[in-house]
Amino acid sequence: MSAPATHFNEDARRVAPDTRHRGIIQTAMGKYEVVRDQRKLLFQDWQGARNLAARTKFEAVNHLDTHLAEFARNIEARGTKVHWASNAEQARNIILGILRDKQAKVIVKSKAMTSEEIHLNDAMEHAGYEVVESDLGEYIVQLRKEPPYHLVFPAMHLTRGEIKDLFQKKLNDAPSDDPEALTMVARRALRKKYLQADVGITGANFAIAETGIISITENEGNARLTAALPKTMITLVGIEKILPRLEDLALFLPMLAVMGTGQALTCYNTMYGGPRQPGEADGPEEYHVVLLDNQRTTLLADAEQRDALGCIRCGACLNVCPIFRNVGGHTYGTVYGGPIGSVITPHLRGLQQWKHLSYASSLCGACTETCPVKIDLHHHLLQNRRNASAPTTGKPSFLQKLAFKIFAPVANKPALWSLTTKLSRIGMKLRGLVNGSAIDPAQAWTKTRDLPPIAKQSFREWWKEQGK
Amino acid sequence: MSERENIFNRIREALTVEAHSHNGTGLPTTAEHRGVMPPVGASEDERFALFAKNASDLKATFKLVKDAGELTAELRALRDTEKWQRVATHKSPLAQTHAIGLGLPTLVTDDGYDKHDMEQCDVGISVCDALIAQTGTVLVTSRNSGGRALSCLPPHHVVIARREQLVADLPAAFAMVKKIYSANYPSMISFITGPSRTGDIERILVLGAHGPKKLTIFCL
Amino acid sequence: MTVSLFIPCFVDLMYPQVGISMVRIFERLGHKVAVPKTPACCGQPAFNTGYWDESRAIGVPMLEALKDADAVVIASGSCGAMMSVFYPQLFAGTPHEAAAKAVAAKCFEFSSFLVNKLGVTDLGAKFPHKVTFHDGCHGLRELNNKRPPRELLAKVKGLELVEMGAAETCCGFGGTFSAKFPAISTAMGEVKCASALETKADYIVSCDSSCLMQIQGLADKQKKGIKTIHLAEVLAQS
Repeated sequence: MSAPATHFNEDARRVAPDTRHRGIIQTAMGKYEVVRDQRKLLFQDWQGARNLAARTKFEAVNHLDTHLAEFARNIEARGTKVHWASNAEQARNIILGILRDKQAKVIVKSKAMTSEEIHLNDAMEHAGYEVVESDLGEYIVQLRKEPPYHLVFPAMHLTRGEIKDLFQKKLNDAPSDDPEALTMVARRALRKKYLQADVGITGANFAIAETGIISITENEGNARLTAALPKTMITLVGIEKILPRLEDLALFLPMLAVMGTGQALTCYNTMYGGPRQPGEADGPEEYHVVLLDNQRTTLLADAEQRDALGCIRCGACLNVCPIFRNVGGHTYGTVYGGPIGSVITPHLRGLQQWKHLSYASSLCGACTETCPVKIDLHHHLLQNRRNASAPTTGKPSFLQKLAFKIFAPVANKPALWSLTTKLSRIGMKLRGLVNGSAIDPAQAWTKTRDLPPIAKQSFREWWKEQGK
Repeated sequence: MSERENIFNRIREALTVEAHSHNGTGLPTTAEHRGVMPPVGASEDERFALFAKNASDLKATFKLVKDAGELTAELRALRDTEKWQRVATHKSPLAQTHAIGLGLPTLVTDDGYDKHDMEQCDVGISVCDALIAQTGTVLVTSRNSGGRALSCLPPHHVVIARREQLVADLPAAFAMVKKIYSANYPSMISFITGPSRTGDIERILVLGAHGPKKLTIFCL
Repeated sequence: MTVSLFIPCFVDLMYPQVGISMVRIFERLGHKVAVPKTPACCGQPAFNTGYWDESRAIGVPMLEALKDADAVVIASGSCGAMMSVFYPQLFAGTPHEAAAKAVAAKCFEFSSFLVNKLGVTDLGAKFPHKVTFHDGCHGLRELNNKRPPRELLAKVKGLELVEMGAAETCCGFGGTFSAKFPAISTAMGEVKCASALETKADYIVSCDSSCLMQIQGLADKQKKGIKTIHLAEVLAQS
C-alpha cells in the first residue's frame, strides 16, 4: 500500500465514525442544498445549461493549443508579461523571481487552489516573505497552518467557537464568537496588509482566449483589493482554464455561482486584462500571468478522461459526495479533494500512489449527476481502477487477480456453483462461531453489520425443484 | 526550446488522439444561452422590477430618483445619517458634481491619490457602465468608474446610474462590453452583485467581508 | 412472452424469496418464466475492481446464455446496470461487442420491466404498512429508474409511502467497497438509517437486495428496529 493510501485509511477510520464532524458538515451542506436547488429552479432549463457548458468546455479543451496562443497574444498586447511553467518548481521560481526583482516584502494573496498545488506559500515564506491569505476562510486555515478543507469553503469544518479561540490566540482580538464580529476582526487585520503589500497574487476562474482577459469570481472583495492596491499583480492559472469567448462567461458565471455557493451570481466577477492602462486612475504597474501545465497535458492525453479538464472547481461534486461528507476534506491528502480530486490526482501525481482514491467510492454517481459541466466523474473512477489493475497500464494485484480467476469458473459452471452453495452453508455455520470477532474472516463487514445467513434453499435449488 | 514551446508540443501531441463528445459540439449561440437561463421579463418595467427585487434580495439599496435635485437630497440624507467625513469619487459629470455638492473633503481618483487616503473615505461615489436586471448587477470598469479601488475600498459604494443603462441579462451585458471596448479593453471590468459578503464562518451570511458593507444604487 | 430471469449470486444464496416472488408475479401476469443456464454472477465485482479480463471471462458465457432470450429481467438494479450499461463498455473493441450491445438492449431491471415494458402498475398486491423507498444508486443514476418503483408502490393496497430526505443518498454498500473501506461504508449506512428512521416507516423498500443487506445488517447490529424488504416481495403479497 502506498504511503498516501495508508494515510487515507487511517484518517478515514478516525473521521468517518466522528458524529460531531458529520453533524457540522451535514448542517453546512443542508443550507447549501436548499439555496442551490432554489437557484437551479430559476433556470428555464438547467439540464440544457449543463449541456451547453459541457459543449463549450469540450471545444475549449479540444482546441486548447489555438485558444491558449490566442489568449497569450491578446493579454500580452496590453502590456501583460506572460510566463510559462511546465511544472510546480518552474512556477515557483518564476514567482520568486518577480518578488526578488520587485524587492517585495509583504505579499497579499486571494484564494488560488493552483497556488496550493505548487506549494507556493511554503516557498515564499521559506524565502523570507510575509505572505497573507486574504479570503476569510483561507486566512483562518492559514492561521491554523492547515490546508483548505474544501475547494470553495476552506474553513467549513470549523465552528465559530474554534475560530474565536484561534483569533484570540493568534491576533489577540476576538470580542465574541458572533460570525459578524469575527469577520470584522479579519477585515481590520487584512486592511492593513492590503495597504502594505508590494505584490498581490491571485488565481483565476477563467481565461478568455478571444479577449486575453482573466476572470476571477469571489464574494468578499478580497481579490478586488489584491488586484487594486499592490504595485505588482501576479495571476497563477492552469492552462485548462481557457474559455474561447467573452460571452461564454454569461453562462459560466451564473452556473459557477449556483453550484459553488447557491447564489444567482457571486458578488464580484471581475475581468483583468492587463496592468493599469493609460488614463486609468490606479491599478498595478506590472501584471504577470503565469500559465501552469504541471501534468495537465498528461490528463489531456487521456482522451477518455479529458473532460475532467473542463472542471470549474465549483465544489459541487464534493458537496453531494457521501464519501467526502463522511471522511472530510483533509483525509484525501490532496489539493483537490472529493470526486474530482480522486479522478485527476492519479493523472497529476501518479496512478499507483493515488489509485486508492478511485477505490474509495461506492460509485454512486451523485457527483456525475450534479457536475455543471457534465464530467463523467464516477465512470472515470472505474477507468482509473481498470488502468491501475491492467497488466499494460498498471500493476495488477496477484491475489485479487487470482481470486477473480478462481471465481469465474465457479460462477460459470452450475455444478460448481451448486457445490459452492452447499459449502457456503457449512462455512457460514463455522464463521458464526467467531461472528464479528477479530478472527472472523468477514470481520470487515461483521464488526459493524450483521450478515444474513445463506438460505436453506437457494433460488436455483428451488427452481430445479419446480422442474420447469 | 522554450517552456512555451514545450507546453505547446505536449498539448498538440495529446490532442492527436480525438475525444468523443456526449453533448454535441460547436460553441453555443447567445440564443441558446438565453433559452436556458433565468427569464428576465419582456418589458422595461418588468426588468426594473426584477432589478429592484434582485437588489433587495442581495441587501443592496436601489432607488429610482426623478432628477438631480432629488439625488442631491438623497445623498445629503445619507451623508447625515451615516456621518460621512470624507468622500471619494472620480471625474465624471454625474458623480463628481454630486460628490462635491456634499461639501466634504473629496478625493478624486483620476488626479492620482494615496491609497491610505482613500482607505479613510467613508464612501466611494461612482457612475457605472450598466445595470443588469437578470442578476441585480452593477457593471463598472477601471476606465469609466474611477479605477479599481473606488468601488471596493470605501465601506459604502454609491452608484449613480441612468435609466437607459439597464440591460436585460448577462448576454446583453457581455455583448455591450464587447461592442464598446473590443478595440481597447480597460484593465478591469467588474460585475458587482450586492455588497461584499462571506459565509466562511458556519455558512452564515456576513456583509462587508473586505469590500463595501453597503451598496446603494441611484437610478436617474 | 417468455421472461428470462437472471437471479444474481447473492440473491440466489441469501434472498431466494426475491427471485421466487418475481417468478410468481410474472406467472400471475400470464407470462412464461425461464431461468436460462447463465453464470451465477454478472461479473460486476471483477469489473468494478478493475479486472476487466476476469470480468469478461464471466461476461462471455453470460452473453452466450442470453443470446436467444426475448427479454431478460434482472433481480437487481446494480446487476441490471452492469448488463445493460457496462457490458457494451466492457466488450467495446472485442469480438463480442455486437453481442454485448444486443444483450444490453433486452436487459431490464425488474420494476422498470413491469412499468416501462409491460405497462403494468397494479399487481393487486396488499401490504398494509408504512414504507419508505431507498433508491439504489445504479438503478437511479445508470438506469434512470426513479419513477417505476414508486408507480408500483402507489397501487399497493394499504401501503403508505413516506419519502425520506436521503432517498437518493448512497447506503454505503458499493460492492467490495463495503469491505475495503468499512468505516466509510458504515458511516454512510448510518446516515441512511437515520434518514429512514425519521419517516417512522415500518419498512425500507428497495429494488436492490445488496443495499438492503447493508441497511438491514447495520440496523440489526445497532438494534434500530427497522425492517427491509425487496419491492418484488411487497408486490407478491396479496
